[in-house]
Amino acid sequence: MELRAELKYSKSHEWVKEEGDIVVIGLTDYAQSELGDLVFVNLPEEGDEVNVGDSFADVESVKAVSDVYAPVSGVICEVNEELLDAPEKMNEAPYDAWLVKVKDITEKEELLTAEEYQAFVESEQD
Amino acid sequence: MGSYVPNTKEERTAMLSEIGFQSMEELFGHIPDEVKVKDGLKIPEGMSELEVRRAMKKIADKNQIFPTIFRGAGAYRHYIPAMVNNVISKENLQTAYTPYQAEISQGILQSIFEYQTMICDLTGMDASNASVYDGATAAAEGIAMCRERKRNKAFISAAVLPATLEVVKTYCFGNEIELEVIPEKNGVTDIEYLKEHIDTAAACVYIQHPNYYGNLEDAAAIGNIVHEAGAKFIMGVNPISLGILKTPKEYGADVAVGDGQPLGLPLAFGGPYLGFMACVGSMTRKLPGRIVGQTTDQKGNTGYVLTLQAREQHIRREKASSNICSNQALCALAVGVYLASMGSKGLENAAVQCTSKAHYMARRLEEIGFCVENQTEFFHEFVTVSEKPAKEILSALEKQGILGGYPLDDHRILWCCTEMNTKEEIDGTISILKEV
Amino acid sequence: MLIFEKSRPGRGCSTLPACDVEVVRPKERDKRELKLHMPELSEVELSRHYTELAKKSHGVNDGFYPLGSCTMKYNPRINEEIAALPGFKEIHPLQPEHTVQGCLEVLKRSEEALCEITGMDAMTLQPAAGAHGEFTGLLLMKAYHHSRGDQKRTKIIVPDSAHGTNPASAAMAGYSVVSIPSGPDGCVDLKKLREAVGDDIAGLMLTNPNTVGLFDKNILEITDIVHECGGLCYYDGANLNAVMGTVRPGDMGFDVIHLNLHKTFSTPHGGGGPGSGPVGCKACLAEFLPSVRVDGEEVLRLTKAEHGIGEVKSFYGNFLVVVRALTYIMTLGREGITEASQNAVLNANYMMHKLKEQYQMAYDEVCMHEFVMSLSDLKKSTGVSAMDIAKGLLDHEIHPPTMYFPLIVEEALMVEPTETESKETIDEAVGVFRELYELAVKDAERLHNAPVSTPVGRLDEVKAARHPVLRYSFDV
Repeated sequence: MELRAELKYSKSHEWVKEEGDIVVIGLTDYAQSELGDLVFVNLPEEGDEVNVGDSFADVESVKAVSDVYAPVSGVICEVNEELLDAPEKMNEAPYDAWLVKVKDITEKEELLTAEEYQAFVESEQD
Repeated sequence: MGSYVPNTKEERTAMLSEIGFQSMEELFGHIPDEVKVKDGLKIPEGMSELEVRRAMKKIADKNQIFPTIFRGAGAYRHYIPAMVNNVISKENLQTAYTPYQAEISQGILQSIFEYQTMICDLTGMDASNASVYDGATAAAEGIAMCRERKRNKAFISAAVLPATLEVVKTYCFGNEIELEVIPEKNGVTDIEYLKEHIDTAAACVYIQHPNYYGNLEDAAAIGNIVHEAGAKFIMGVNPISLGILKTPKEYGADVAVGDGQPLGLPLAFGGPYLGFMACVGSMTRKLPGRIVGQTTDQKGNTGYVLTLQAREQHIRREKASSNICSNQALCALAVGVYLASMGSKGLENAAVQCTSKAHYMARRLEEIGFCVENQTEFFHEFVTVSEKPAKEILSALEKQGILGGYPLDDHRILWCCTEMNTKEEIDGTISILKEV
Repeated sequence: MLIFEKSRPGRGCSTLPACDVEVVRPKERDKRELKLHMPELSEVELSRHYTELAKKSHGVNDGFYPLGSCTMKYNPRINEEIAALPGFKEIHPLQPEHTVQGCLEVLKRSEEALCEITGMDAMTLQPAAGAHGEFTGLLLMKAYHHSRGDQKRTKIIVPDSAHGTNPASAAMAGYSVVSIPSGPDGCVDLKKLREAVGDDIAGLMLTNPNTVGLFDKNILEITDIVHECGGLCYYDGANLNAVMGTVRPGDMGFDVIHLNLHKTFSTPHGGGGPGSGPVGCKACLAEFLPSVRVDGEEVLRLTKAEHGIGEVKSFYGNFLVVVRALTYIMTLGREGITEASQNAVLNANYMMHKLKEQYQMAYDEVCMHEFVMSLSDLKKSTGVSAMDIAKGLLDHEIHPPTMYFPLIVEEALMVEPTETESKETIDEAVGVFRELYELAVKDAERLHNAPVSTPVGRLDEVKAARHPVLRYSFDV
């Protein structure tokens, strides 16, 4: 399982990167390996509001669909449309394949560091 | 009594005792007595095949078969090439379930892929599903697939088949999409009304082309209005007409739907028919129902599978946009065989004959005093107004084995001609009507 | 090869005569400009194309088809001949009533027989398939509650073991879904049900026997609990083939049901349809039934329910499918219907008994018409999954059971032999299952690579979904 020290993680397996006032969200390496080959992602629209804990997108494998939850509250300011044509990027390079960027952040859930997330995943596997 | 259980009484007893039961009653012993049927079902006793054949034939004979039909209104009598029934009677195709096991279902999957290609080509669209129940439910599903979070209102023209309007209303009662009917004006959709009433809450606008009265709508103009409001444009079309009429794509539609019955399916007292659905590429994943895609196996052989399944109810459950599971696969096969038998030229010929004969009949009816109501171009249906009550006219024809047009009210009749109606038939009908 | 690749310009079949009236063509505004690409093949090429496609398909007549929850019983040939009678096939749906008395008689007799078999008071034959029936039945419930001024019931209870159409239909009918977990025996957990009911519940959707093939003995208590909270009970008829003639949904407390004529009543599945999904109901819901029903004795006529929900489809449903089902019911009759169900249950229990020496049963007790195996232990010990066993069956010309359903059983294979299979067929299939089990233990790799005898091997579904190719491209 690949982890990146500079990122924060949620317990629902999203990674979070803070770029100034903007928060970038994607799926962790662990999430993509559990979900298997991803074939599509349903993304929100720019301008949509998201709230902590709400599902803002879903990812499809051949025989399953899984929700992606927002670790922050704010307004979607950019979506990664490239993933619509190349969903495999979420499997191949999960930390480059960001899903959305969020601005006007009003709330953040308590996020984990790389070490904490690793411990969390290990505890979940037991 | 008839039976399709192969095992004899003795064999059943042996099987029962092998698994530790004395009797069928004991096998069903865990079912509480309170819910069991006490004295058997109150339905007639079973029959031999010959008796059933006689009984059903007797029932069928109570129906009147009309050798000549000038009635459409949603169900059209066209020529069905011999190939169609031959293919859909093939047992491997007819008795198979949905092709979940792709490796042993390549024949069915390929036929659906071919059907999807033909529907796309016919409508000018990019993607088609494997069929829904009929034209009316296709319209309702088409409206549902255009719904967006901030757009929950659909407009539908009043000049669509009454059944389509009714089914759409029922679906909207269910899924709680707000529905507004655009009134008709002079037999076509009132464009001015639409212009005034459409707003940013509109998800889509549905029109039928040719419409219920056979008229061609100014579809391109309607499409522009719809798109200016940011809504989707759905066209319900007669597939035969697409042999010569502009495709929904050319008129600017986002979604094209219709009833595939004219393409090789018998009248059959209303079913089974088939609903086709196609759309522009950007809406592919909004299509309901099954879709077949091309892929390869490990050795690189080309093959076909059910795909984009994560849209569907068995995966998305209550979040699926439609609940459709069984569709009209065998009817889709019939449509594919029909279109392949006709070819491009044959389909065009059928369409030309439909409209030519309808125009010929309309002219002949005018000659004998009927007034043709259609003020715009029409395809193969048209409306006449007569002084004589429609009832009298139709009953005079009925006595001669002719099913006349469909009575819209006491004096208006909706007529339909197809390639099945010969000039001789039309002339003969005119002679009878002259006498009425 | 696709039919489009076999097409040669100028070839074709001679179907239509020349036009015998003056030719009329559309004016410029409405003239098709896009080129049509319908295939151009001679009749012999066309005929062979479809024969080839038929050879690459597997129907009930090609061999054993124990596809759980789909009731792949034999499709009697007489049904096909009756449905092809011109007196049914060539009737326009909008003919005057007095010219369609035979069609109306079919509808009336079918409604009567199906009501008696299910213990219902009235029925519509308009829905085209099971899911369509579910949607219709739920709208009856919605109309019923609304007619009583009761708008607060916005939820439907669905067990977690239910077929995906149940929650999807509830959503289409405007309901939100309350999923309740099944008990350890696969049946409804009464405690959880009691917790879920309330004055916001419109009703419950259930099959009995349930989706794991067991008869829920608490059924009267279940339907009572729902009725006490003011809700209605919906019976999903997917599994009716287990109990016809023995138990009627109406006697178990259900208020509304749908049937699958293409399962229980022997009409062919046609590679995925057309089916037929009649919806029956108790008298209290009859006024909401959609469309028309047939009334009268000597002279039959169509009547509309007073507060009907409207139309759910054009005309009278998939009529020719109803004709086939009626032919079947008339053939079997009172005793034959019961005999069919009894033998469906006997065949399932016999097969389960023979398989359970090796295969792990999800619920090791008397089953109804189908049973569920869990291959999770086998997968842990050998790496061979339910999918691998299913693919192995393909090399033995057996259609695999339903895989990975119900969702509450891991590595599930759901087996439904139906009553129309002989003891020998089942014995042979059991032999194949055993062989595959042994192969899993000895040589798992071979099963991972199955099938090897089919026209194609396992197909790349990921590729198909990631970069969909949904039509032939004429430009290439």
